[in-house]
Amino acid sequence: MTAVLTMWGKFTMRAASDRRHRPPGRLIICIPLVLTGCQAAILDPKGFVGLSEKTILIDSLAIMLAIVLPTIAATLGFAWWFRVANMRARYLPDWAYSGRIELIVWGIPLLTIMLLGGVAWIGSHDLDPAKPLASTSPPLEVQGVSMDWKWLFIYPDQHVASVNQLIIPAGVPVHFSLTSASVMNAFFVPALGSMIYTMNGMATQLNLQAGAPGSFHGLSSHYSGDGFSDMHFEVHAMPPDGFQSWVAATRNSGSVLDTGTYRHLMIQSIAIEPFTYKDAEAGLFQKIVRQELPPGPGPQTGTPSLDVSPRSAQ
Amino acid sequence: MSGVSATADPHPMGELLSKRIVTGYGFWIFLLSDIIMFSAFFATYAVLAGATAGGPTGRDLFNLDSVAIETGCLLLSSFTCGLASIGAQTRRDLLFYGAMTVTFLLGLGFLSIEVREFAGMVARGAGPSRSAFLSAFFTLVGCHGLHVSAGLLWLLTMMAQVFAKGYRPDILRRVLCFSLFWHALDIVWIGVFTVVYLMGAGQ
Amino acid sequence: MLGKLTWSAIPFDQPIPLVAAALVGSVIVCVLIWVIVKGHLPYLWNEWITSVDHKRIGEMYTILALVMLLRGFTDAMMMRLQQALAFQSPGYLPPEHYNQIFSAHGTLMIFFVAMPFMIGLMNFVVPLQLGIRDVAFPTLNSVGFWLTATGALLVNISLVVGEFARTGWLPYPPLSELTYSPGVGPDYYLWALEISGVGTLVSGVNLVTTILKVHAPGMTYMRMPMFCWTSLASNLLIVAAFPILTATLAMLLLDRYLGFHFFTNEAGGNVMMFMNLIWAWGHPEVYILILPAFGVFSEVVATFSRKPLFGYRSMVMATMAICLLSFTVWLHHFFTMGAGADVNAIFGIMSMIIAVPTGVKIFNWLFTMYGGRVVFAPPMLWALGFMVTFVIGGMTGVLLAVPPADFVLHNSLFLVAHFHNVIIGGVLFGGFAGYSYWFPKAFGFRLHEGLGVAAFWCWLVGFYLAFGPLYVLGLDGMTRRMQHYDVPEWHPWLLVAAAGALVILAGIVLQVVQLVVSIRDRAELRDTTGDPWNGRSLEWATPSPPPAFNFPVLPHVEGEDAYWAIKQRAIAVATAGEEPTYAAIEMPRNSPTGFICAFFATFMGFALIWHIWWMVAVAAVGAFATFVVFAWRDVPDYIIPASKVARIARANRRSRELALANLRPVR
Repeated sequence: MTAVLTMWGKFTMRAASDRRHRPPGRLIICIPLVLTGCQAAILDPKGFVGLSEKTILIDSLAIMLAIVLPTIAATLGFAWWFRVANMRARYLPDWAYSGRIELIVWGIPLLTIMLLGGVAWIGSHDLDPAKPLASTSPPLEVQGVSMDWKWLFIYPDQHVASVNQLIIPAGVPVHFSLTSASVMNAFFVPALGSMIYTMNGMATQLNLQAGAPGSFHGLSSHYSGDGFSDMHFEVHAMPPDGFQSWVAATRNSGSVLDTGTYRHLMIQSIAIEPFTYKDAEAGLFQKIVRQELPPGPGPQTGTPSLDVSPRSAQ
Repeated sequence: MSGVSATADPHPMGELLSKRIVTGYGFWIFLLSDIIMFSAFFATYAVLAGATAGGPTGRDLFNLDSVAIETGCLLLSSFTCGLASIGAQTRRDLLFYGAMTVTFLLGLGFLSIEVREFAGMVARGAGPSRSAFLSAFFTLVGCHGLHVSAGLLWLLTMMAQVFAKGYRPDILRRVLCFSLFWHALDIVWIGVFTVVYLMGAGQ
Repeated sequence: MLGKLTWSAIPFDQPIPLVAAALVGSVIVCVLIWVIVKGHLPYLWNEWITSVDHKRIGEMYTILALVMLLRGFTDAMMMRLQQALAFQSPGYLPPEHYNQIFSAHGTLMIFFVAMPFMIGLMNFVVPLQLGIRDVAFPTLNSVGFWLTATGALLVNISLVVGEFARTGWLPYPPLSELTYSPGVGPDYYLWALEISGVGTLVSGVNLVTTILKVHAPGMTYMRMPMFCWTSLASNLLIVAAFPILTATLAMLLLDRYLGFHFFTNEAGGNVMMFMNLIWAWGHPEVYILILPAFGVFSEVVATFSRKPLFGYRSMVMATMAICLLSFTVWLHHFFTMGAGADVNAIFGIMSMIIAVPTGVKIFNWLFTMYGGRVVFAPPMLWALGFMVTFVIGGMTGVLLAVPPADFVLHNSLFLVAHFHNVIIGGVLFGGFAGYSYWFPKAFGFRLHEGLGVAAFWCWLVGFYLAFGPLYVLGLDGMTRRMQHYDVPEWHPWLLVAAAGALVILAGIVLQVVQLVVSIRDRAELRDTTGDPWNGRSLEWATPSPPPAFNFPVLPHVEGEDAYWAIKQRAIAVATAGEEPTYAAIEMPRNSPTGFICAFFATFMGFALIWHIWWMVAVAAVGAFATFVVFAWRDVPDYIIPASKVARIARANRRSRELALANLRPVR
């Protein structure tokens, strides 16, 4: 909604000063804004982390709009009032300094920044991705590996794994340990909150929680090559018993994830249909992070040749 | 128009600062930028110094004796470069050409020791593609060596210029820039041998 | 014999680049034929290509920028079209092509549009405003321009021979390493930027030395026009930041060419090191871009409010504060890399602090208008558009500087909208303001005003239409650089954004038409006095266009707004003042050094990309030889006789005396 207000504010400010042109299209645009604004993923979070981040976003925006909107109004107002045709305006041809105004002009931004700085400091600490979430339930451990161009999720305690889908219990904090098999990516579920980079040879930490059961869109938010646009996955938050039955069902079908199948999975591929593994080798994630398993291979063919223009597998 | 001076000037910047000052100042600014480039390599080296990937470390590889000789060569060459500058400004051919030749030889000596060190490391399987630490080492030290090589080329060109044109003001300005460059390389080397060799061998 | 290069490197099987290349190729050939047949080649060679005159070089930088704007904007249109079409569909651009287009779009726009545009304006204006004849090192200036042009040329050659990088405008490893990008694309990018980076650095050294050491008599630092202060700050940043870029790209090149391990996944390479280094350059870079634009606005707002700039001293302090602070914020580009709460918070706060001097500048421009007599000429329209638009963009920037907000908005279209907001609303609007403001000075006739106003409105409306939806999309979770998507909510916004791009296209077309019409009607639009806007600084004391030597006699400066004081005195006594004695003037000779050096640099870059090692050696020797030949010349200057100086100066005095009759003293 705030995005709506911001856009609306922008348009009316300009429309007010601009007597000559009033392109009608601009007003029409605002209507879908009103309709869809409430559904924008980040402004309608489904998890505690995302909710806190949204609050910070809105608060910071409000603090700044308090300065920005009057500034824009003053810009257009001064320009219009002091236009050369307006003989009623005072002309002060030598007025180029005022100590009082200098004080205000330096002071207002400084005070604003002090306020925002406080928000930033507290928010950065409260919402640090590695900080565990306060909860009565113990966190679910999920290990994520980004590869070209899909996501592998390993559940070390449940001994299962899935590709391009993430099933989690609702109302339970999830602790992600994330790494990459190849290039840099970023793990992001907009409806739940923070994203974090994934890098080969390193493990990053993230804590998220889905407030209630539902389905959300997950993606990689860091460009990683030709198959990047297909690197999205469905996130299903289930009631805890639903999650348990999913785990049980998964343990009964599918293949096994071990170093052999992992190496095969690492080969570049695009738009993989989600599937699961019925067993995940213990310690596989640590082997990936410690680079005991080599990073994923790059493209293998090219047109006219690999060293001129590589083509990734379709 | 009132407020405009009645005195005219024949030089583009003549009644302003002299060309020598302006040229020297500009070259200093360039040198500062070059030092910032070296800083980026220093920072990278500092971060990657421990990333030996199971391969040889600085302690295994660095021979502080040859580093001492290299340092001596370079510091001495800075002194002789200073002598050459004096020779140019006082237009004494023997001093200028003699000091420049000694500078060249000392620089060449520095380079040959360094090249031998690099070749030896590569032969032992400790080349730059062995580990990130070695990549950073070869790049930082090698970048300095490349600057020294460029400097030697410049040195020869300056000697040829003086030989062909004499001690003209613009030639002297270039000699000034060359000696600034050469001294700056010395300063960078002090950083290199402290951060890389002394600290590396001590780990 | 030719390394990796074969005939099949030309994309005969891909219609789009082939057609584009054929089109551009035929235009270039036609222009060349016209130039040669009409006998313009000697004129071009003597007056432009070998010129070491800062005005000509500034004009060439600007021409390069505007031509590359057309190419970069074409890329943008292609991207908007793809994203408008590619909802649950592959669109018309396969990923390997789309990825090149957005990489080329960013690279061209930052390095070969925004940078040359600002550097061009600075080169043209600063010596005139300082009351001097040229920059400190004129031939070096020419070298700098031609090396920049080499970089642009290499990027454009990649369209026809081989391919461009698919790694974005900043080539993050390990994607940009040989393992994951074994093609020639990243090499085109890297060598183009290494070569043009040398050109930029050279320009930086030149302008810093000029501004700090070469002034007209009486022009102390605190009497310099604001544009000179912001140019100083921008060039100090160039000198301090570009070496970091050179070093970082060199490290990536060493990884790719010699198997080093700076940023590889194996053998201890550290990807985070690249992020830190590249953004330690990258953040100062955006201030390099915006500071000259701020300078333009200081000049324009003061001139078109008929008042001196408000708060000159605090503007100077704010400028230098921005200059220093720009080195303290780089981590805000990767809050999501996981550096921890303390580090993130500190850099977030530093990023907000830098908004303070920027805010001060906006308020000072506001109070410059207050009590003024505001004229809505096209430069002032751009300035007003900037003040509204940039403030919004700055706000979204401070929003992104709050780490928890960035955690959900990083790399999204919200970010893309933010930086386009500040770069278009700031840098580009500043460039267009400067272009329309100083065009009469450069060429002696004004630009058609009606078309300029129309172009401005198209750009303004088009910008909001094209980028407003991107803010919404970012808030809806859409990330950047997507070649296709299947989230229905995103589709309508991308259609609106595409429409916005079309409105901007209309603006660009209007600007091209404006130029053509203005050239056609230049007799009616002629600037007879050299001071079409009733300016305040020294460039308006010269005729339009200024002669090679700028000022027949170097002016003595006695205060801020140097020319305004001179003018008011002249109006008060109704005469142009006593005529000075003219003497012969020595000016630097033209030189082909820059052009020939760039010629060899182009071949060296091309040969390095395609691994043609013998060509690299030959070109390197050629470049060195060029410098030696230049060093060997005996006559660096030529003399303009006093009679010629007098003739030019007297013609200017006559036209100004005529104009004096029509001016009244300021009330």
